[in-house]
Amino acid sequence: MAATLPAAALPQPRKLRRSFREAVERPLLTATAVGVAMALIFAVTPLSGLPGWALCTYVGFVVADAFDCYRTDGPVVAKDRIATILVSTAGVCTVVPLILIVAYVVSKGLHGVTKAFFTETLEKVGPNDPATVGGGKHAIIGTIEQVGLAALLATPLGLMTAVHLTQSRGRLAQVTRVLVDAMSGIPSIVAGLFIYTMWVVRFHEGFSGLAAAMALSVLMLPTVARTAEEVIKLVPNGLRESSLALGAPEWKTTLRIILPAARSGLVTATVLGVSRIAGETAPLLMTAFGSDSVNTNPWHGAQSALPLFAFQRVRNAIPSQIARGWAGALVLIMLVLALFTLARAVAARGRKGP
Amino acid sequence: MPEVDLLLEAARPLPEPRQITPGLTTGDRVFRFLAAAAAAGVLVILGLVALFLVLEAQPALKVAGFKFFTTFEWNPDGTPAHFGIAALIYGTAMIAVIALVVALPIAIGSALFVNEYAPARLGRPLVALLDLLAAVPSLIYGMWGLYYLQPHLQGTSRWLTDHVGFIPFFHTSRPVFGSSMFIAGIVVGLMVLPIVASVTREVLSQAPRGVCEAALALGSSRWGMIRSVILPFGRSGIVGAAMLGLGRALGETIAIALILAFNFKITTQILAPGGGSVAGLIANNFGEAGDAQRHALVAAGLALFVITLIVNTLARIIVNRTSKGKMED
Repeated sequence: MAATLPAAALPQPRKLRRSFREAVERPLLTATAVGVAMALIFAVTPLSGLPGWALCTYVGFVVADAFDCYRTDGPVVAKDRIATILVSTAGVCTVVPLILIVAYVVSKGLHGVTKAFFTETLEKVGPNDPATVGGGKHAIIGTIEQVGLAALLATPLGLMTAVHLTQSRGRLAQVTRVLVDAMSGIPSIVAGLFIYTMWVVRFHEGFSGLAAAMALSVLMLPTVARTAEEVIKLVPNGLRESSLALGAPEWKTTLRIILPAARSGLVTATVLGVSRIAGETAPLLMTAFGSDSVNTNPWHGAQSALPLFAFQRVRNAIPSQIARGWAGALVLIMLVLALFTLARAVAARGRKGP
Repeated sequence: MPEVDLLLEAARPLPEPRQITPGLTTGDRVFRFLAAAAAAGVLVILGLVALFLVLEAQPALKVAGFKFFTTFEWNPDGTPAHFGIAALIYGTAMIAVIALVVALPIAIGSALFVNEYAPARLGRPLVALLDLLAAVPSLIYGMWGLYYLQPHLQGTSRWLTDHVGFIPFFHTSRPVFGSSMFIAGIVVGLMVLPIVASVTREVLSQAPRGVCEAALALGSSRWGMIRSVILPFGRSGIVGAAMLGLGRALGETIAIALILAFNFKITTQILAPGGGSVAGLIANNFGEAGDAQRHALVAAGLALFVITLIVNTLARIIVNRTSKGKMED
């Protein structure tokens, strides 16, 4: 039996949909009011500075807006409101550094990136020459050779490791998965020290582009292996089973069916790995060592590279050298961003399917 | 007549069954062996790293003995040589902690923002931008920190000393700011932010959706749902993500080498110039180092390798344990 309650005894239902006026206009009004109030406070008291004002306004706005909500909707909504504002701020905060960094590097390096930067070296550059004389041709050549060699070393090894990780359930696969994770945490300078102690000191091979490539491949391997493993796992099991059911041996199934099906993802894995190592500086200090002239032979002799070039220029106290360093940094960051965008584009095309 | 046909059919001798050899072909065995060899290669490389670092560090460790871990000085070329990583380890840890204090709240906030607040239209580009932030080279962070951030943080540093200087960390004896652990820590914090944020996001996105919706259906606000379901579920995962960030921060090299003014004292004054970092010292001193110095630097690198390996492995274990999921729908 349903007893009818008097309508007055029911609490008013909470309003779920807020009007435009309430969602946008009210907070905007609060923000303006707090901003003006803070400006007045700053004018009267010894407080000063634009960043300080912005920070105070932000804090003031959060408090005032929460109070406003508390007045009309109660504590639960007010708390939710504070959380929403803070979490959104954190979301925005992650984007700000990237914009600041790219904008700053572009502004500092742009006038240094001339034709000379790609065609000249530092061989004949004296300390009094302006920044437009001399360039980083040797460094660009070094980076291309070292990163290319590193990719040649790390990609097959990484892909085969990924194949093993996806197809074997044995103890080796379990151990390897843990170790690949551990390897991805190796500080880049330790990778450099490793190749230095092994290749340069014990094997008496001296500094070379190859040594740098080996150090970089140690850093690239985990990225390739992990990303490739994820991608291969996404290949539908039906494809593999159909191939095996039709009588193809396992190795043919892997090489002809599974890897081609995951092709775009595998390209992404490689390019992502390359973009990670292209900017590494620390391991190059003790493997490629750096030089001021072109050395096209990666097997022997010290070589420069873009990050190394920029690092060694910035270390210098001479303004023209620092300017060259910024130009190198700009070329480097553009290279990395381009590689990264390429990896994303390939991955996106793969997702859409043929 | 169909019956006769069927009988004839049945009477005909069956064809010889095709010979099927079960198991792997030779090609399979070779292929499996190659894949296993590649996987074992990872193991071998890690082993070689440890082996060669130990071999090369031995002369230095023999000279310093156990004092290597307790000495606050770095003078391997002197007679007698006097060097140890105590102050360096302290500085490294201090910078890493500052980095985490900066990175962790932003990382958790942005993970929640992408997972729970932002529409997919906004969330996906945000994730891509975070990945992009991870791809920016360490060197660029260092140069930016040195030339852009340091001048811009002078005022903040001074304000902190003047107004909250009673907290030991923000006290400075001389009003000189810059090249400090504070600035290095903030820059490293920005560098580890992407990895902490992406692991946190991954872990938090595995919170059981059914329980989240139940909380909302019971009248909880969005924040109430996050506090009662998502954060408790992801607590250990967040700890793991933070440790992963710690591992990265400990090994950060070039940015610190550019920003920090090295000294070998243990101080709580994070705003003043000075501090130390194992990786940064190696990068700074390696170029001009003589034999004794190089051995000592390799020994420091070995210590760094062991520490980061332990921190990272622990972190991964914690993260993996969360992601298996103990809370069921």
